[in-house]
Amino acid sequence: MLLTLLAATGLGLLRIRNLFAVVMLAGVYSLLSAGLFTVMDAVDVAFTEAAVGAGISTVLFLGALALCGHHESRPGHTPLLPLFVVCLTGIALVYGTMDMPPFGGADNPVHHHVADHYLEESYHEIGIPNVVTSVLASYRGYDTMGETTVVFAAAVGVMILLIGARTRRERPGGEEGDG
Amino acid sequence: MREEVIVRVGAKVLAPFIITFALYVHFHGDYSPGGGFQAGVILAAAFALLALVYGLDEVQRVLPPWFVQTCAAMGVVIYAGVGVATMLLGHNYLGYNALAPDPTHAEHGQHYGILLVELGVLVTVFGVMVSVFYLFAGRVRKAQ
Repeated sequence: MLLTLLAATGLGLLRIRNLFAVVMLAGVYSLLSAGLFTVMDAVDVAFTEAAVGAGISTVLFLGALALCGHHESRPGHTPLLPLFVVCLTGIALVYGTMDMPPFGGADNPVHHHVADHYLEESYHEIGIPNVVTSVLASYRGYDTMGETTVVFAAAVGVMILLIGARTRRERPGGEEGDG
Repeated sequence: MREEVIVRVGAKVLAPFIITFALYVHFHGDYSPGGGFQAGVILAAAFALLALVYGLDEVQRVLPPWFVQTCAAMGVVIYAGVGVATMLLGHNYLGYNALAPDPTHAEHGQHYGILLVELGVLVTVFGVMVSVFYLFAGRVRKAQ
């Protein structure tokens, strides 16, 4: 049910040229994915998806829309070559999944590498009930520090792009975009 | 939108609850879904809501851009600082057991360590989200 809605929203995203509707549909898409994650018991992921995908990024997209107008222009080329590339990639990916163990199998390697240890021992070793948090912040503390640094670096990149563009545009006589 | 009474009052009523919820999500991340990242996003969303309703200037009087940009950097410093602190206490980098007040219950240190590094994540994510929002909103205002 949720997957059908997701697919319908995705197709709608592709067809609609009014960018305002696209941004709203993208928010709906995120909310639906969050519902899907909740159904799969990945509540932490669902929480993040709802807060980031449906919340903040919609606001940021709206901010970008106010800068660049509400209508997407038609592409100047036929969609055949992109369609071919997408189909080829899709076939390659499906072929790749043939080698994977069956979906949801209890004896898949992913469930027996370190997951058993985390599930059984983390309460004694870390002392907190939420295994996601203890894996994220303690067992995988280095990764999370790297992620924090990446978030910071991304923000620095955005700042350099936006602030740099603003000052450069102001120098030859204060000309601004058409917004 | 800024003249609508319902929107203004609604935003004013909601904002403290959103901020409190963000703190709850952070400090309760050990027991329930959530953590620093989600809390930072929710906290940023509270200020984005206020900025949308009351205007960018009003919010920037409370949270100036230099402050949120410093926040974005300070979060990484907090996270890395926890690692340095545990090293100074004679454990591995990010070995939270060093933070335990009572060495016989070393796992209590994990609790403090996780809260502290998640605080670093919260501060960074909050600073980054609000900075990026300021940049976009500021450009929109200049373009109009």
